[in-house]
Amino acid sequence: MSASTSPVIERGTATSRIAAVAVAVIIALLAIAPQFLSAGAVDRMTALFIYVILAAMWNALAGFGGLVSVGQQVFFGLGAYFAIRLADAGLNPFASLFVSAIVVGVVSVPLSLFMLRLRNGEFAIGMWVIAALTHLLVNLDRLVQGETGTSLISLNVYDAGTRRMTIYWLALASMTALLAMLFGLLRGSTGAAIRAIRDNEDAAASVGVRVTGTKRLLFVLAAFGIGIAGALWLATSITFQPKTYFNVQWTAYMIFMVLVGGIGTFEGAILGALVFFLIETWFGGAGVWYLIGLGATAVLFSLFLPRGLWGTVEERFGLRLLPVGYRVRLPGNPTAPADDGTAPSPRQTTQHQEKA
Amino acid sequence: MSNQIIQGILLGGYYALIACGLSFMFSVMRIINLAHGSLAVFAAYALWLLASRFHVSPFVGLLIVLPLMAVIGWTLQRFLLERSARGGALLPILTTFGLAIVIDNLLFEQFGADTRSLAPYIGSLSYDSWEWPGSIYVGKLAVIMFATAVVLLGGLQLFLTHTRLGRSIRATSEDPDTAGLVGVDARCANAIAAAIAMVTVGLAGAFLGMRATFDPYAGAPQLLFAFEAAVIGGAGSLWGTLIGGIVLALAQTLGAQVHPQGFLIGGHAVFLVVLFVRLSTSGLGLRGLLRLPSRSAS
Repeated sequence: MSASTSPVIERGTATSRIAAVAVAVIIALLAIAPQFLSAGAVDRMTALFIYVILAAMWNALAGFGGLVSVGQQVFFGLGAYFAIRLADAGLNPFASLFVSAIVVGVVSVPLSLFMLRLRNGEFAIGMWVIAALTHLLVNLDRLVQGETGTSLISLNVYDAGTRRMTIYWLALASMTALLAMLFGLLRGSTGAAIRAIRDNEDAAASVGVRVTGTKRLLFVLAAFGIGIAGALWLATSITFQPKTYFNVQWTAYMIFMVLVGGIGTFEGAILGALVFFLIETWFGGAGVWYLIGLGATAVLFSLFLPRGLWGTVEERFGLRLLPVGYRVRLPGNPTAPADDGTAPSPRQTTQHQEKA
Repeated sequence: MSNQIIQGILLGGYYALIACGLSFMFSVMRIINLAHGSLAVFAAYALWLLASRFHVSPFVGLLIVLPLMAVIGWTLQRFLLERSARGGALLPILTTFGLAIVIDNLLFEQFGADTRSLAPYIGSLSYDSWEWPGSIYVGKLAVIMFATAVVLLGGLQLFLTHTRLGRSIRATSEDPDTAGLVGVDARCANAIAAAIAMVTVGLAGAFLGMRATFDPYAGAPQLLFAFEAAVIGGAGSLWGTLIGGIVLALAQTLGAQVHPQGFLIGGHAVFLVVLFVRLSTSGLGLRGLLRLPSRSAS
């Protein structure tokens, strides 16, 4: 480590610039993909986009905001429920999906005033109580008819093909927009605050980071995003049964995706959603053993690989595809691997001191 | 109406039983065990299996199941919670949540979706009742449950204040490092605390099975009840848990009077009201919602 040469602080790397181009190409390919895919495949891809939204939003909350919630299904259910309500009131069904998500975001603001004062496990189960209560209250709505449920009937005016394509593009657009929003947020000045809170909340507060305000932003963003996901899910499945939408399994999926992918890394949530999607495709038919496997995998990751797949890759190889932080590179040794054992790592990055 | 109030208070005994393990574990290890309810249901299934397959009365079955739960608690702490707690405060939430999913679905795999009950195996106790003045009938089981809760909470309190082990557990909960300096084996104290907590969970599971029905996914509501009762009971002694349980049960009873689906809504609503009041009066954030039960005894 020579002190004579000043270190270079960089954000993008050659790989990240290639990755940025690749992302643009992938999105463009996904946009035209329905022309070449079977109807079933289009539906599966739509599900994948929804999973990516769920994972990214839960990761924003837990990985970046340090707020682990096991009640996020409340926003998923509300997203679907408000869409039903708005469509029933005469709004165009596709428009109601997004208006519904905005309503969910608005509802989450007063909720955040209250819930964000809870800490750790208390916040986690507190959110679960909120979800359970909301589920019961939605059941009281005559329109929903209790657990019998209802459906987004007005969507039936569109023929199946149009409906499938439109939902696919809406899901793709929502996913891209939400990821871009999160990416922009994390790269901006708020991003520094978010990572400071993630690494050490008290220390962040002591240097003037607006902890509560930043957390509220993430909480509302996550509510909004998961609201969209719930509304889109409703659009794909048409029927609304409260028990399905307010089921804690949605949060279990989110936790699984983020834990496996890499909590607190932007790319990790996307990778986790892909892994989950593949596992579901291959083993989803295994029923209860599939769920046992998901739970056991989550436990094993939390115990032995708490950084998840992407977090481990990132740490081992210093690879960063979509950089949201900065890294310090000392000149004269640009290609040294991240952990060369003896010297402090020259590629150590600013965002790597977190405790998962 | 007074009849319902008495029933509600007695039901509070059950909530106190299931809540005390949760708040005990939280106060000692700062961990909220999200598998808490699932483990109670597991205990209920173990008793059911003993009773239906081997004709062991659930009360005798406790002699097998409670030690088993203690071993599970010990193992859980040593191999799961201890390791995940090292990764920060958030990781144990995820670990225990994953564990809950595994337990729930294993139970489903093993026992299917049918609801079960221990009531058929405890003879007339499930429906026997005493008549109190004013033609109030109280179920014998409910009274036993309430008495068990009182004895258990009192016993825990005495154990924490008057035994060497209890004091070392309290010392660990206050500050594990300093406790280590004065010769307390914090790891051991934590594991014993987890074992004790799981014994209370086993008892709660037994009463859950005797007073009602359960199915493989009944763990989540039990966790919520336990959490709500513990938070409502709040700071101070273990007795707060009993009060929390009673308040929760009374709110549910009241809710059921108002609306056919109001039982659960009433419970959740009173929890949120208490939370709201506590948050707006304390201004301290929430460090102290589930406080040390030992504080008042020191």
